Amino acid sequence: MTIAPERPTRRPETGSLVQQFEYGLDAPICLTWELTYACNLECAHCLSSSGRRDPRELSTEQAKAVIDELQRMQVFYVNIGGGEPTIRPDFWELLEYAVDHQVGVKFSTNGVRITPERARFLASPACGGYVDVQISLDGATAEVNDYVRGPGSYDTALRALQNLKDAGFRDAKISVVCTRENIGQLDAFKALADEYGATLRLTRLRPSGRGADVWDELHPLPEQQRELYDWLMEHTADGEQVLTGDSFFHLAAFGESLPGLNLCGAGRVVCLIDPIGDVYACPFAIHENFLAGNLLADGGFQQVWQTSALFQELRSPQTGGACSSCQFFDSCRGGCMAAKFFTGLPLDGPDPECVQGYGEHALAGERTIPAPSQDHSKASPTRNQPVMLQLLTRPPVSACAESPLAGFDTRVTASFLSRAATQPAAAPDASQAQRRSVSFDPDQS
Amino acid sequence: MDALLGEPWTLSPSVALRPEPFGALAYHFGNRKLTFLKRPELVAVVRGLAQAPDVRTALENAGVPASQHAAYAAALRGLAATDMIRPRPVRAAEEVA
Ligand code: SF4
Ligand code: SF4
Repeated sequence: MTIAPERPTRRPETGSLVQQFEYGLDAPICLTWELTYACNLECAHCLSSSGRRDPRELSTEQAKAVIDELQRMQVFYVNIGGGEPTIRPDFWELLEYAVDHQVGVKFSTNGVRITPERARFLASPACGGYVDVQISLDGATAEVNDYVRGPGSYDTALRALQNLKDAGFRDAKISVVCTRENIGQLDAFKALADEYGATLRLTRLRPSGRGADVWDELHPLPEQQRELYDWLMEHTADGEQVLTGDSFFHLAAFGESLPGLNLCGAGRVVCLIDPIGDVYACPFAIHENFLAGNLLADGGFQQVWQTSALFQELRSPQTGGACSSCQFFDSCRGGCMAAKFFTGLPLDGPDPECVQGYGEHALAGERTIPAPSQDHSKASPTRNQPVMLQLLTRPPVSACAESPLAGFDTRVTASFLSRAATQPAAAPDASQAQRRSVSFDPDQS
Repeated sequence: MDALLGEPWTLSPSVALRPEPFGALAYHFGNRKLTFLKRPELVAVVRGLAQAPDVRTALENAGVPASQHAAYAAALRGLAATDMIRPRPVRAAEEVA
């Protein structure tokens, strides 16, 4: 399968770290592992279209074998998500198992199971500071949050943060997907984080999973991107510790690069293990085109990571396509591969949210939105369904109203080192990854 | 010249080195910092610190020419800033010898 134009595959002997990263690493740095597709919520923009448990989900023993392998590969930490990972009955057992095997855990949760008792456990020496908790919140007010995440989800998240704070858990993360609705709340988010002794983490909305259905309505408007960029410049420059998961490198084309790797890490330093052991290039690229293999069927994770044809193909320098003549290509790199793919744009052209305006142009042209290759959304909505989804749901078509249009789809018809890495390469550079609150961690919503 | 060159140093006990094609990745389990050692020579130096009586010897053992010692000392200082490496307490026996 060819997903990109042919590219060179031989690693240069020298070169910047970013150039080295383009050729991939022996093991990922940013590994996301979604433990389950089951979820108590039905967020409108869920990147993994979660809701129902997949009956093929890895068993406890299989999951432990994965952890053993990660330990052997020296994958020092893993981002656990889902679905809602904490509703797996063996979640806490797996968490302890990972920590005991030198695999640190950062897990994303909507907070539903972060009871006072669990919060105390997380703050206890049993977790030894190897566990990071990331609470998802997509509005600084209940109104904005619950519109996309569902009724009651704001209260659930804040209760979890309160429990963590009361238990003495230090430095939880509040993880926000930036949308048209909440860009105006950045200061309020920061205040919330300060109130709970937490760190704010902002990530980009991508048209992945159910996100494809709502992206047109939720992705920040061009002027909001500017607002976000200015806010980030202000708050990441002075070491105030706002995390971005290297999400926003497409904004670099406004002028200055944001701290981060400024490189699509998919299949190079980033990847996803899904609940059934399928390995994808990136948590935002759950689609058969980016499926590298299955760790049960294809000889384990290491085998897939190191030998899959897809990953070999991704591990070569990007070609710029229509972006090559852009003066910002070095820092923007044409943006996010997943965002392009799921909006039906060419992978070697501009990002749909290109801040130079080429994305809008490309979106207006001819394109075909790829059909989702899987969906674990709940078959029938529950009381947790967010208002936004209710608004998007079409009334059932009655038999007599059958028309050629009845099946018409009314949905959207539709990186660390920046400073260090740009130093002259001559000195033996011990480049530091997290010098400035930068880490590779494509987010879960 | 940096005084560090004459001192005994070691890799921190909470640091693991993962070999990579360009050198190595160092991870500190305590402060969770991730650092990239961009040259195989630097990796050899860091690995050899504990066995060498001082940093200069570790550099020589790794084949780093004297003209580059200052640059390497600066890189090692960078690693020390996040506790990737640290000064090694001198044991009584070593002092006598
Ligand atoms: S989120 Fe986008 S830019 Fe980041 S690794 Fe995935 S595909 Fe690449
Ligand atoms: S044209 Fe391409 S490289 Fe230039 S800003 Fe737009 S997406 Fe980025």
